[in-house]
Formats: sequence, C-alpha cells, structure tokens
Amino acid sequence: MAEKILMKGNEAIGEAAIIAGCRHYFGYPITPQTELTEYMSKRMSNIGGVFVQAESEVAAINMVYGAAGAGARAMTSSSSPGISLKQEGISYIAGAELPCVIVNIMRGGPGLGSIQPSQCDYFQATKGGGHGDYRNIVLAPNSVQELADITVQSFELADKYRNPVMLLGDGALGQMMEPVDLTMIKTKSIVAKPWAATGLRGRKDSNIINSLHLKPEDLEKHNIHLQEKYKEISSKEVRYEAINTEDAELIMIAYGITSRIARSAMDMARNKGIKVGLLRPITLWPFPELVISKLASRAQAFLTVELSAGQMVEDVRLAVNGAKPVYFYGRMGGMMPNPKEIYGQIVNIMFGKGGL
Amino acid sequence: MSQKLFTRPQTLKDMATHYCPGCHHGIIHRLVAEVIDELGVRDKAIGVASVGCSVLAYEYFTIDMFQAAHGRAPAVATGIKRVHSDATVFTYQGDGDLAAIGCGEIVHAAARGEKITTIFVNNAIYGMTGGQMAPTTLVNQVTTTSPYGRNLENSGMPIRISEMLSTIDGAKFIARVAVNNPANMSKAKQAIKRAFEIQLRGEGFTMVEILSTCPTNWGKSPVEAATWLEENLIPYYPLGIFKAPEEVVK
Ligand SMILES: Cc1ncc(C[n+]2csc(CCOP(=O)(O)OP(=O)(O)O)c2C)c(N)n1
Ligand code: SF4
Repeated sequence: MAEKILMKGNEAIGEAAIIAGCRHYFGYPITPQTELTEYMSKRMSNIGGVFVQAESEVAAINMVYGAAGAGARAMTSSSSPGISLKQEGISYIAGAELPCVIVNIMRGGPGLGSIQPSQCDYFQATKGGGHGDYRNIVLAPNSVQELADITVQSFELADKYRNPVMLLGDGALGQMMEPVDLTMIKTKSIVAKPWAATGLRGRKDSNIINSLHLKPEDLEKHNIHLQEKYKEISSKEVRYEAINTEDAELIMIAYGITSRIARSAMDMARNKGIKVGLLRPITLWPFPELVISKLASRAQAFLTVELSAGQMVEDVRLAVNGAKPVYFYGRMGGMMPNPKEIYGQIVNIMFGKGGL
Repeated sequence: MSQKLFTRPQTLKDMATHYCPGCHHGIIHRLVAEVIDELGVRDKAIGVASVGCSVLAYEYFTIDMFQAAHGRAPAVATGIKRVHSDATVFTYQGDGDLAAIGCGEIVHAAARGEKITTIFVNNAIYGMTGGQMAPTTLVNQVTTTSPYGRNLENSGMPIRISEMLSTIDGAKFIARVAVNNPANMSKAKQAIKRAFEIQLRGEGFTMVEILSTCPTNWGKSPVEAATWLEENLIPYYPLGIFKAPEEVVK
C-alpha cells in the first residue's frame, strides 16, 4: 500500500540511496545540501554502512573513486563551490569508467555566490566540467518524490554504463518538504562488477583502476570507446516530460524547480486561451535534442526559463537550429521568477514586441 | 643438492621497469613485494599508485591496483579500505605527491587512523616532471625551480613529514629508512613489514618514509647520488622509528 511521508528533498535523496543499496557515502558540509550529509551520518551507522566526513570535497570524491573502484555503490553530494572542487576527481572517475552518484544541490555563483537556489552549474554539469572529453549522465528531478526515484535510477544508470551520474537539483528542491512514497521504489539487483579491484581473492589476473594511457594510440582508442558509450547513452537514455506540447504555439523549456513555476505560468496562459506547452528535460545530458527539433517543425517559438544567465538555452538553440525563434528568460543570484513574470514573457512573445 | 635462495617475489612482475639507473624506486618496489609475499596477503592486497615517477607501479605489481590523482592516494585508499576492511591497502607516493599537493589527504588519513600503509618515497625533488623543487628539497639544493639553490626566505625550510605525522594520534607506526646499502635495506624491509603487520592488526595508520635517490635530476651518477643521500639527506632527515606500538619498538 502506498505510504506517503513528509520529507525534505535532501533527506529523500539519502533514504533513496540507501534503498538503492548505497552503503558508502563520503561528503563535506555545504549549504544547501548539508541535510543530506547529516542524514547519511545518522542512517549509515544504523544499517552498518560507511559514512566518512572527508576533510574536503577533493578528498570526498577521491574516496568515492576508491570505493567505486573497489566495487561498491558509492555516493557523494555537495553544492556548487564544492562540486567545482570535485571536478578533478570526476574527470578521473569518468576516465577510469567507475559508476558513482554525485549530487549537486546548486546555489548561486560564481565564487562563493550565495546559498540560494540556482541553476548556474548547467554548463559545468552537462559539458564535462573537469578536464578531458567526457560526459556525466545528468538527471534533473523537479519534486521530492522524483528526487527519490531518480536517486535510485542514478545508481542503476551508473552501474549499467560504468559512468558517473550527477543528480542536479537546486537549493529549493533540496530544502522543500513534500510527501514522498518510498515504498514504491523498486531496485534492480546489484550488478556483478568483475572489473573491480577487490584484491585478487583467487582471481589470476590483477584488476587495475586507471585513467592513464601514455601511448597516444592507446588513449585515442580509450577516448573513442568512451565516445561510443556516450553515443549509446544518448540514443537510449533520454528522458523528458511533455505537457500540452501537441497543439502549443509557444513551447517553454525548463527543468527542475523552474519547470514547476513555468507550469503555473503555462496554466495561466491556457486559461486565457493562449496555446502554451512545456517541455521538461529530465536528462540534461543526454539532452532531448531530437524531441525539441521535432517540436520545432510545428511550434512557432520557444521560451527557455532558467535560474541562470542562459545556459541550457544554448542546447535548445542547437536543437532548434534556427528553425524558430528561441527566447530566454532567467533570474540569477537566488532570485526566483514567479509565474506572473513568466506569463508576462509569454504575452510579450505572443502579442508584444517579441512577436511570433 | 642445489637450493634456490633468491627468486623474484610473486608480487612483482617479471619485466624491466622504466626507472633510471641508480634510482631507488626499483629496490623499494621489491621490498614491498617481498613483504606482501612473506605476510601471505597477496590475495587481499590492493595498492594505490600515485602521480610521480612511480605512476606506473600498477604495471609492476601482480596484485589489484589503483592509479590515483596527484596527491589523492590516501583518500582513494580510504575509499577502498572502507569497502574491503579485510584487504591490505597501501599507497605508494613520492614527496611531491605526499608533501605538497597531497599534504591534506595524508594528514587526514593519519588523523582518521585509516588502516592503510603509506610507502613514502622521499627523493627531495620532483622526479617525473624533470627536477623541480619539492617541499622536501634541502636548503641551498639546486633544482630547476630553485636554480640558485632553495632559498629559506622564499621557500621556507624543508618539511619533515615523518616527524610531523608522528604527532598525530591516529598514526600508529611511522619510520624513516633508506635503501642505500644492504644493512639499511634490511632495516627498511623490517619497517615495511611492521607497518603492514600493524595495519593487519587493525590498529591505525602506518607510514614508512624511504629516503631515495634521483640521480637523473640531482645531476649525479648513481654512486655519487648514493653518497649525496648519505651526506646530505640523512643528516637532515634522520633515520629511525618515530612512532610504534610499544611491543614493536622493544
Ligand atoms: C594536478 C597535477 N599537478 C601536477 C602534475 C604534474 N606532476 C606529475 S609528477 C609531479 C611531481 C612528482 O614528484 P614526486 O611525488 O616527488 O615523485 P617522483 O617523481 O620524484 O618519484 C608533478 C608535479 C600532475 N600530474 N597533476
Ligand atoms: S627521474 Fe629520478 S625518481 Fe624518476 S626514475 Fe629517474 S631517477 Fe628515479
């Protein structure tokens, strides 16, 4: 039977990770995700899991590298400035093809920025972030329930592709309380990891966890292999939600918390008979570019709404490829748009100077 | 009847290494491999190679290995050990790796009493990148980034890592050894063995600092390098056991 409990977003991630079989968490406190670190410290000791408060984000992600390479389902979490520090390790994890889950509950930047919600790490999350040609799978939930569901999916995707998965939320999602049903979460069984470095334990050949390939031809081969993997992920793992896009003249594109505000704006517009739809990418990488390019053949215009100066809008423009105008509306620094503001943008595009 | 007295340790691969002639990395690899063999922990040993000349250590040992980012080996080893608490986990790090970029990681692995063993190879210089100044470079020592000799005013005094880590409660065995002659080699092996044994007993963090040569970047012949180590490194970095459980010191 469904059993809803009221939970904070950050805590729902923690509990879902435990349901997913994560027994190794390494983190360092930073607002607005600290509740997750605290939650793991409490729960891991109850269930015989491992919680280590690392001395820095750099150490935390490298502990994840060790634990993931040793075969465990491992997780770390942080917020924007901390994720910047983790980029070195994330690049090594991608290079060594280790599965792990990295939670980024974004706050305003650049620099120390603020502790308020933001989506200004989109570029960093989806374009690699650290050095080298690599991709993280990036998932962007928009409710506490989805934070939990997607946490579990993140572990499964990570194992399936031996790739880091980033759960990209923002301060609002991390801090908000909503009813969540954790009994509905189904996990697939933990997959075998014959590549893991566990100690030989009777195995004849040693397993090496490594991202170094000194010979250019070897490194190119490894990179080609990675790119083929990314292509496979792009073709199989795109996730999105489309609302009212069938007849929409204007399609809004927004993810995470912003998609909920955009949805209210869409409802306001629909009530006035304005044909507005909403496309919500759930995977930010792979990005639903084919879906958008198909929509571009019918819709008249697009409006991307973000808590940034305009980052995802670049991917939307690439997907639309000049076929239709793409407008952008964003707030920064922890400022949240209200539905009315977005509705104003819609009216402006449809009837005002923006013009369809 | 003939008896085999000396063979390659099972933990070491039968292949030529990339180390320069007269470099002590090769000897140190051998001692670590012999200890793993003798303790019978090969099946559950996991090594972490660091960035530096020993970056390819995973090519030479016949056990499961990780390659870690520059300085991060103790954090990586922490992750490994927390998954496989029954494994014998060691890091193999140079002085640039451990004393500069990885200073935070080693201090905190020791502070947590992480049940790992660190093999710390101190050659007072950055070998791999071509002989730059390390935190362990001696005062007045010429390197490519201290071309007029390490200057106290600009760069401060070299760090004595063993002494520093000895002050940390979680560190249970800290020793400094050298492998410049057979007597010292045998002491070095003994220290490595004790460090691993203390790890196996689950007591806490252990480290063996090994003074080592870098003839290539010191600009010396292998013999000159060994002499330079004796005359310059050992006086500033005294050999000995800095910390050990009582029954080990004896
Ligand atoms: C983040 C980062 N910074 C710098 C380097 C370049 N680098 C490679 S090895 C090294 C120094 C290694 O010196 P040491 O640890 O003393 O080992 P040795 O080569 O002397 O054995 C440096 C600076 C790197 N690989 N990664
Ligand atoms: S450069 Fe120095 S440390 Fe590196 S292998 Fe050569 S002698 Fe050894």
